Formats: sequence, C-alpha cells, structure tokens
Amino acid sequence: MTTSALEELSITESFYESLFEVEEGERIRTCLQCATCSGVCPFGYLMEYPPGKMISMMRANLFDKVLDSESVWMCISCYACTEVCPKKIPLTPGLMTRVKEELLLAGNIPSELQSALEFSQRYGNPLGESPKKRADWIRGVTPPIPLMKEIARPVDILWFVGDYPSYHPRIQQTSRAFANILNALDIDFGILGREESSDGDSQRLAGEKGLFEILAEKNGKVFENYQFNEIVTTDPHAYNAIKNEYPKLGISYPVRHYSEFLFERLEQIKPLLVNEVNAKVAYHDPCYLGRVNGIYDPPRELIKAIPGIDLVEMSHNRETSLCCGGGGGGMWLDGYQWERAHVRLSEWRVREAVSSGAEILAVACPYEPPRFEDAAKMVQGASTLNIKDVIELLAVSIGE
Amino acid sequence: MTQDIYVIIEHLQGNILDISYVMLAAAKELSVTTGGNVTAVLLGENCKELSSNFNADTVLYIEHKSLAHFTSDAYQNTLTDLIEKENPRVVLFGNTSIGSDIAGVISARLGLPLINSCKKFENGKYISQICGGKINVEGDLPEPTALITMLPGGYKLENGKTDKPPEIINYDPPSLDNLNVMFIKYLEPETSDVDITQQKILVSVGRGIQTEDNLDLAIELAKILGGTVCASRPVVDQGWLPISRMVGKSGKNVKPKLYFALGISGAPEHIEGIMDSETIIAINTDPSAPIFDIATYGAEVDLLDLTELLIEKIEAG
Amino acid sequence: MNIVVIEKLVPDLVEELEISDTGTSLDMEWLRLIINEFDDHALEQAILIKESSDAHITVISPQFEGVDDILFTAISKGADRVIKLAGDFENDLNSHALARTLSNIVKEINPDLVLTGVQANNDLDGSVGPLLSEYLGIPYVGYVAGVSIENENVKVRKEYPGGLGAEMLVTMPALLGIQAAESPPRYVAISKIRQAMKTAEIVEMDVSDLDTSGGPPVNRMYLPESGERATMIEGDEEQVAARLIEIFKELDVL
Repeated sequence: MTTSALEELSITESFYESLFEVEEGERIRTCLQCATCSGVCPFGYLMEYPPGKMISMMRANLFDKVLDSESVWMCISCYACTEVCPKKIPLTPGLMTRVKEELLLAGNIPSELQSALEFSQRYGNPLGESPKKRADWIRGVTPPIPLMKEIARPVDILWFVGDYPSYHPRIQQTSRAFANILNALDIDFGILGREESSDGDSQRLAGEKGLFEILAEKNGKVFENYQFNEIVTTDPHAYNAIKNEYPKLGISYPVRHYSEFLFERLEQIKPLLVNEVNAKVAYHDPCYLGRVNGIYDPPRELIKAIPGIDLVEMSHNRETSLCCGGGGGGMWLDGYQWERAHVRLSEWRVREAVSSGAEILAVACPYEPPRFEDAAKMVQGASTLNIKDVIELLAVSIGE
Repeated sequence: MTQDIYVIIEHLQGNILDISYVMLAAAKELSVTTGGNVTAVLLGENCKELSSNFNADTVLYIEHKSLAHFTSDAYQNTLTDLIEKENPRVVLFGNTSIGSDIAGVISARLGLPLINSCKKFENGKYISQICGGKINVEGDLPEPTALITMLPGGYKLENGKTDKPPEIINYDPPSLDNLNVMFIKYLEPETSDVDITQQKILVSVGRGIQTEDNLDLAIELAKILGGTVCASRPVVDQGWLPISRMVGKSGKNVKPKLYFALGISGAPEHIEGIMDSETIIAINTDPSAPIFDIATYGAEVDLLDLTELLIEKIEAG
Repeated sequence: MNIVVIEKLVPDLVEELEISDTGTSLDMEWLRLIINEFDDHALEQAILIKESSDAHITVISPQFEGVDDILFTAISKGADRVIKLAGDFENDLNSHALARTLSNIVKEINPDLVLTGVQANNDLDGSVGPLLSEYLGIPYVGYVAGVSIENENVKVRKEYPGGLGAEMLVTMPALLGIQAAESPPRYVAISKIRQAMKTAEIVEMDVSDLDTSGGPPVNRMYLPESGERATMIEGDEEQVAARLIEIFKELDVL
C-alpha cells in the first residue's frame, strides 16, 4: 500500500469508529445500500454524497473525499432518512451531524452559519440580538409574565421560551398567545427571561457539539437555581434538546412540548373555546415533534377541539411530513442552499397545503411561521393561505 | 508658536480628495475662535495648481520627487520637519488612508497630542465621534500643537472652496533619503461595472439584508425605481457585490436624489459616503441606529417584508 | 519569519452604551467587549502568511474582560505564542499608553512583521499601529488589504477610496495596519478552543506600572442628541409601503 492509501485508511477508519459512539451507531455496519435514504432526502438530488453514498464511500476507504465535499451543508437534519432506513441506522445524528462536525473542525463552513454560531456563542442566541433584550417581548403584556428572578418562588411550570419566540417579531405573537392560554387555564408559570440561553439543539445538529455543551451547561446552571415541577416549551427543538440531549450532560428535568401539556388538559380547555374558527386547517408535523419524538396526535386533537374547524391532511403527513427547511441549522444555511437548489422546501410544503384545500396551515414550531409566510408569497394560489401556530388558533377561540 | 491652523491636503492621481475641502472649511471656522491663519499644506510634484480653489490664507507647497505619490514615510518626514519648525496651533489630517497613516507617527515622533475622528469644532472645542458614531466626545484643544484627524460630514465642501486662488509659498522639504516605503503602482478599480456616483436613485443594502439571495429583492426594487443597487462594506466583504458598489469611507461618495438604505446602521464610515444625498430614507429595525440621525425619513419595519410589498404595490400600479 | 499580532478588545456596539458617572468616559461595568474586528483580520492575515511559508506568530493583547478567550482562540487558529498584558486598566487604555508599553515587549521579540487592525471603534487618541511603529522605529503602512512577502521586503495593497488601490513595497521589519485579510476570519469550533484552554498557556506580563499619558483632554462624553432625526413613518409594513410610495411620487421617482 502507498503512504497516501495508508493515510486515507486511517481517516476513514477513525471517522467510522467515531460513529459507534452515537446511540445505535454500530447499525451502520448493516447498511444494505438500498438508497432509500438518498431517495427520500429532500435535497438528496443536490448532494454530491447523499447519506447512502457516504456509507459506500466509507466502505471503499474513500471517506476523505466526503470530508472534502461541501454538499453535506444541504442537509437540514429533518430525519426523513433516519425514519425510512430499513436497518434503523441513526443516519441524522450518527452520520450527517458527525460529518458536519468534521467539516466544522476544519473551519469549512458557509459564512451565514458561521455568523449564527458566533452569535450563539457571544450573545446566547443565533440572531445576534443583545441577551439583555431577551425578555423585551413581555413588555405591555397583561397580566404581566412572571420572571423567575423577580418572583423568587417555586412555580408549577417553567416555560422555556426559546430564541425565535423571544426575539423574532412574528413569533413573539405566538409567545403572547401562549401566555394568554396559560392564564386562561390558571397555570402557575414563570420564564427565565434574560437568564435563558439558546437551547443549542440546532447548533448541535449543525456540527457544533462544543457550543451545544456550553449553552446546555449555562441553561443547566440556571435551572438549578429555581424550583419547578416541569419544563414546558413551545419549541420542538428545545423540547428535543432538554428531553433527549441535556440528560447526557447530567441535566435532567421533566419536559413537555406545549401540545402534550395542553392535550392533557383538553377537557379543561374545551369549554373555553367559545369563538368559532370556520376554516379548513391542514396541520404540518414539525420534524422534531413528529418524526424525532413521535408526537402526532396531541396537536391534531387540540385543533379538532376548536369549533368550526375542518381538519384536513396534506399528502405528506405524520412520519412522511415535509420539513420546512429550518431545522438543524437550515435557518442559517438558507442562502447557501437556495443558491444551489433555487427552490425552498417551505414552498414545496405550502404548495401541498394549497392542494389540500386548506385555508389555514397550522404549525407547532417557531421556525415555521416566517418560513411558510415567506413561501406563501411566492407560491401561486397561496396568497390567501394563513399560517398560524396551533397556539394562536386556540387563543383566538378562547378570545381575550 | 503661532495660532495658525495647518490643513494637510490629500490628493490622488491629480484629484484633490473631498476631505481636504471639509478640513479647509473646518479650519476657516475654527480660525475665527483661535485667531491665526489657515494654511493649506500641499505635498507633491508638479501639482501646485491644484491649490487654486483652496479656501485658505496661504498654501505651503512642498515639492520633491519622492512626494509625487503618497507614501507614509515621505509625508511623515516632510511634515515632522515642517511642524517642528513652524509650530502651528492645530494640524488637521483626514481620518483616511492618507491622514491616518501619518498623524499617529508624527504624534509619537514629536510627542504631540493626537485627537482622532473629529467631526467638527464648536466654540474652539473639538467634537469627536467614537463607537460607531454612538458616542460624542467634547474637549479642549490641547497645547502646544493639536494634531487632529477629521471625519467628513461636519462641514459643507463649498465652504472649503474659493474662486480667489490663495498665495502660494514654496517650502523646502527635508532630505528624503533612506525611505522605507516605495510606491510601485496604482491598482485601478474594475470599471466595467456601473458607476454608482452617477446614479440618481440608489437602493443600498447593509448587514440587515442577511443573506445573499435577499439581495435579489433589492436589485428588483432598484430596477423598478429606475436606479441601482449599492452596499455598505460588510456586504461587499462577503463578496455579494463587487467593490465598485461599495459606499463609504473605503468606497465611493454618492450624491443621488434618493438614497434608500435597507438594513444599514449608519456607522460613520458609511455616512461619510452619503452625506451629499438629497433624500435619505432608512429602514432599520433598530430605533437607535445612527442612520436615523441623518435620514430624512425612516421606518422600523422588516426590510424584506417591506421591499416585497413595495415591489408588489409598484408593479400593481 | 517572525510575526507579532496586536489584538485588543473594544466595546461591542450590539449593546446600548452608557456614560459613566464622571461623564467623561464609558461605563465599563455593563459594557460587553468584543475583539476589534480589524485585529481579527490582522490575525487571519498572519495565519495566511504562516500557511504559505514558515512563520512563528506571537499574539499580544492587553487584559480586558474576555482576553483569555481571544488568546485561546488565536492559539486554536494557529498562533504559536500568546501574551497577556496584565494590569488593571480601569478607565480604558489609550493608544499612546498601549503602544508605549507594547514597544518594549515587541523590541525583545524583534519580529519581521507586526500586524494589527488599522483602526478600532474607541481610538480617541488614534490607532495603536502608527504609534507603535514609531516607538519601534519601523515603517508603517495602513489600510492594507493584501500582503505578500518578497525576500526582505513586504508587498502590500493599500486601499484608497472608490475601490482604488496602490501597491507599495515596504522594507522589513515593518508594521502594517490591516483593513481586510485576503479572506474573512475563519471559524474555529468551540471544541478546538476548549482543547486549547486545556493544553496551551498564556504568558502574562505585568504592565501595571505603565505610563498612562497620551489621551486627549475630555470635557464630556455624551450620546448624540437626536436633533434633526428622521421623520419616522409609523405603522406596519403595509402602511409604511403605502407612505413610501407617496414619497417616491413626491420626489418624482415614480
């Protein structure tokens, strides 16, 4: 063997072995090369090395070529591949994320993503906003939203708000609506406000494990200062992080997504839903609520409980739901991906909503409203399509 | 020591740079308080006539072949010699690629105080801007000789010009041997692109545009308004637009009828380039963005949504 | 080739700035500090030189909050040695004082090239680069956006307004004020920085007895009065768009 062949062998080998550290990672040995993953991947057709091909490159000891390629940045960590793999290989966390980690270590990342990661590290949020302004959205909300630091007492629910729900003007609306619902149900809750940092999950999926750990540790320390029975979040990414990833770092708290939390109280909520919402509603399963964490029915039950609503399904739903393109770093790879694809996944999904006859596209993840609203402007026939979080629909039905 | 104010003139390729006239205007106004004459200091070779419209009491013309093209050490040595001999009260340099290359060195060499990024003078005090234009600093002019670098925008160019050519005095340079910086050649900008300094309508994008493909919206808006797109430095640094489209200190000065600024904060380096615009409209979600201090109209809305709406409405007629 | 890079931390303009009680300086307590963007470019330029030829890079930075972070980041990007100037610089550190202090240390290192950012946002008494070059007795060229080594000289591209540039040849040792590195500052993974924190060492040099003179006289610092602020158009995007179209018509643009 030549020296270079030996070197190639060790890059491939050491990477291969690192995959086993991921839960169920050894399953990668059993890949059938059926290419279902590459086929279902929404951007697979644009990748030089879609998941299945990455594995074949590994087997051919040519993995350094994969690490030289940039096409992994087309991956939005939507878990479609992981969902369909007949051998249940953890492709997203175990392969795609690991490749991104390697590229990141080599300093090889698109500049948009670089900014988001640098902002996350410096300001605790990927938007580059001042951490001091994280709770500015609660100004003027009545009754006032309790800040844990100010009320200095135990609460029932710690509401982990998240980055976009705190800073993005469109999602702040959803945050305020959720506060209304919590108050209507007399829930004893509090938020961390400025003390909250990004949950870190999208940064983790974009390859920045070290950054994720720093953010998680920061949040963990703050959690320790307060007493609460459980954490509820409006963000499936935060939900995923706190439920599945934080415990690996020794940060363990019971956590639920708002849909589960509210579904549990459905009997209490039903009598409050006084206003009718007369519309056909299609519900979009967010990747990190649906595919990744298996929560499909609670949001649907909540929607169906609203008088006047006709719930329809889009052709891709539940396990086959189409990603909006925002997760796993996708929000910060938008320009990069658009340059190569000239199509946005969010537009694809909006088209589907239109063909299902829906008047409202209901969502349950903070990345979705801005993405779908932008897409709706570009898609023919979608100009009258309304994008609403399930929370907002409930809040409208409950009224002021 | 005199009460004279020296203005270090900046010129490139036979053109006097605008900052020189800003400094002359500033010097004229300041001289009312300090007393003393305004002396324009022109270094170069065969360029005496460039001084004909300087609004100054005197021009000191210093000629040497090593001064034909600006190099930091030739200018530093010449001016150190001059200032040491003549002891003016104030020396104005541009806060520029020329002025900032020499002011600091002279300050350290002669042990004279240096004040940076001065915008204007008020009642004999300097007013400087730091921290991206967010903080103003006011202070007395230190003695014996205050070296000051100036930002544009505090004075009108016309006030630095005159139609009565000032008196020119030839001044001997020191020996300029053993120079360490050698000028080789100019690197011309690509001229194949549109000249934004000639455009009447400019749609300008800053960091707020966020991603390269959002640029398409700005380009479309510019098109339907009959103008062109330009940008602040961060956008050009990213490679999203060529340097010929850059507005500001390291770019171009524009004088359009309408300057529509999207997602631009208004740092001094950028403001420099747009001071002579007729109408500036700024869109920025940060209410404290300095650009609102010089804009005619402003709005704190999302620039992408707004641009899309504008395009939609204008096309609808 | 021996390179020294000077970095400093400056106020982060993302945050609101406040004036201290004395009215003559910034309130440092709530100030968030960030690496001077141009110094980041200077380091990147040094690393680029190191990648194309043999070079040893020393990074020096005065002690402000966050200095350890930027020095470990420098190591993970490829710097060989990092030095922290230890002292209590309570009311900021003017450029003259910093340059004076640096000159003794840099003289000992005797580098071929000193790189630093061409300017910083709090340089009331001028930038460090030109001052330091004079205390070192070496030539200075600023607004540099391209560097190549040619034997005992360094060739630079100096930026002028309007996209014009000039090529200059400078004898070494020299000090360059960097405007932009040939490529934007690279990203370095947090895990790499954490790794550097465990394995690398920051050399501390005590400069608490430094000569602090050089700052200009300040009567007051203040936030600019809004004065002739823009006429703000109220409302959401719809309303703003409608009003703007009216204005465009008034201006004869439409």
